[in-house]
Amino acid sequence: MKESLTHIFLDAFLINNFVLCVFLGMCSFLGLSAKVATAWRMGVSVMFVIIVSDILSFAVNLLLVRFHAEYLRIIMFIVIIAATVQLTEMFIKKVSPALFRELGVYLPLITTNCAVLAVPIFQTGRGYDFVQSTVFAVAASGGYCAALVLLALVRERVMLSDVPSLARGTAMTLILAAVLSMAFMGFGGMGNGG
Amino acid sequence: MSEIVSCHNEPPTGITAEGNPFLNGLWKQNPVFVMVLGMCPTLAITNSVRNAISMGLATTFVMVVSYGLISMIRRLIPRQVRIATYIAILAMAVTVVDFLVKAISIPIYLALGAYIPLIVSNCLTLERAEAFAGKQPVGKSMLDGLGMGFGFTIALTMLGAVREVLGAGTFLGVHLFSKNFEPWVLFLLPPGGFISLAMWLLFFAAWKERSAKKAAERESAQPELQVAVEARA
Repeated sequence: MKESLTHIFLDAFLINNFVLCVFLGMCSFLGLSAKVATAWRMGVSVMFVIIVSDILSFAVNLLLVRFHAEYLRIIMFIVIIAATVQLTEMFIKKVSPALFRELGVYLPLITTNCAVLAVPIFQTGRGYDFVQSTVFAVAASGGYCAALVLLALVRERVMLSDVPSLARGTAMTLILAAVLSMAFMGFGGMGNGG
Repeated sequence: MSEIVSCHNEPPTGITAEGNPFLNGLWKQNPVFVMVLGMCPTLAITNSVRNAISMGLATTFVMVVSYGLISMIRRLIPRQVRIATYIAILAMAVTVVDFLVKAISIPIYLALGAYIPLIVSNCLTLERAEAFAGKQPVGKSMLDGLGMGFGFTIALTMLGAVREVLGAGTFLGVHLFSKNFEPWVLFLLPPGGFISLAMWLLFFAAWKERSAKKAAERESAQPELQVAVEARA
């Protein structure tokens, strides 16, 4: 059965949110969500990288299938991502040095973000066509960005409150993420209609 | 945890090079509980003990093989492209593991799913390659990979045990409780992963605080003894 585009979008954005339900991109989710401004920038740059590398990997995957070299997928995908991150870095540096200074630290981190590698792997696994995979990439990266910003908003509030010294740091962040994840479980019912 | 992601933070100096690299990774610098690295498989795959152990062993294999190779050619790699080289070597090892798991057991392969290819972008594997294997001799690097891998496996198993026992009432598929046991399904679902890891971290923090308090008490008791001895003299 061919999945409708709305279904793909809702599924990747809310129902199976990449961060809160599929646990991808956890390192940056826990590490970069202390401030909303940082979270926004990271989210948007990850979105950009995911969309570009996704379109490139779709093309490369066609080539790999054509030459029966599917076993090279993991290597090709990761090379594409590394190249995309490098290109993004150069592009931003050229176009807007100010933005580059702000993002500089985070850009290389995107290569080791599992959410970026997961998008091409999932879409080849599910056999999406070009439009479907583009929608999937936009939704998945949008979901990542949304989760990151949501957690950052909560964490900024928690910073003002009195947290027991034991729970300060990663443990508190994880509990907040659990609460957010429970909230996202509520979207589970939406998938059945599509 | 620090501001910036731990992936690229410099590890505390002195610890990586000193001591036995195998034991270091196993507990003192446990990748999950101490360094908080490799979170994606830690949270995603630990809904049963069997999955946790297989994921841990797959990661161990990747780390030992690729760290051996990286360490062997570490003097040939130009500094600017070292990360890309590490990733290419890791990707090769991961491809091997992907086929290996498929050959050994199809059910495990299906359960681990996309998380096997994702070992490449696990921050743990890259971070150790950068911090250890790129600088140390072959034997030591492979030992470090083994220690980190086993430490990772232990942590995953501990998480998996909590989640499987509470969420399904089983351990490695064996039923533990009577039929009246109502499984706490939340622990098998995504929020359970976050909660159980948070609980383990809280437990270790409490443990550390307690032993620190005990050490402080012992220290404060010492001078009194000293005084008593001096008075007697």
